[in-house]
Amino acid sequence: MSIWDYANPTRFMQTTGRILPWVMAAAALLLAVGLTWGFFLTPDDFRQGSTVRIIYLHVPAAMMAINAWGMMLVASLIWLVRRHHVSALAAKAAGPVGLTFTLVALVTGALWGQPMWGTWWAWDPRLTAFLILFLFYLGYIALWSAIEDPDTAADLTGLLCIVGSVFALLSRYAVNFWSQGLHQGATLSLDAEENIADVFWYPLLVCIAGFGMLFLGLVLLRTRTEVRARRLAALLARERMA
Amino acid sequence: MPDLGRYAVAVLGSYGAATALMAGLVAVSLWQSRRVRRALRAAEARAGRNHG
Repeated sequence: MSIWDYANPTRFMQTTGRILPWVMAAAALLLAVGLTWGFFLTPDDFRQGSTVRIIYLHVPAAMMAINAWGMMLVASLIWLVRRHHVSALAAKAAGPVGLTFTLVALVTGALWGQPMWGTWWAWDPRLTAFLILFLFYLGYIALWSAIEDPDTAADLTGLLCIVGSVFALLSRYAVNFWSQGLHQGATLSLDAEENIADVFWYPLLVCIAGFGMLFLGLVLLRTRTEVRARRLAALLARERMA
Repeated sequence: MPDLGRYAVAVLGSYGAATALMAGLVAVSLWQSRRVRRALRAAEARAGRNHG
């Protein structure tokens, strides 16, 4: 059994049909536990006060916004190299999910930034890279909608995805490249001295897992819809020709 | 409910906006899934009748 067996739409639909309810249930449980723990059971930060609770939304959303583009890149490369339709459809399905996570990161960041920095927005390297990533998501979705032939759309959106990966990387590492800017460095670190305190870290981990499962569940659900839509289009085309 | 003090608007606004965006995405994804599944079933039924 190889991973490429899942490139077969029938096998993909069978397998994902079985695991999707479990993934969605895990996402709901992890998000309910993580957000309840973070919101109700953690103390205020000594410097940021109660706004530290925004971390349980902002950090997981920002991580998934970047990871979603990474997943789209891998799926697009598989399409461009091996021409597996399911992988192109998975990349297409992930676009709106990544866009929504990017928007959540931008909105919660603005709401967090206003009381902490005194401004909703600054042309800071990380914020700017994230805004460009958001625009790339919009462009990616628009390009899929604008091209009628699905294979051509998959080719061109795959190329756009490769170009946009530069900004996905920049939005992750911009604070390391440029020291100026309002946004602080990485929230999470393997260095115990730099990492956030355990009291915030554990619920944050649960929320990150919840956002990850929600992403996986939504991408599977939307990919299944795309596979069905492809089959529907083929049947309708056959009806028109009959 | 924890005392959010003068940051209540920012914190509650963040939770409200994030919940609305993510719930909206889930709702739209489920609606599209059901719509396409229904249309596919109808098309498959028509195809079955034509070939049966």
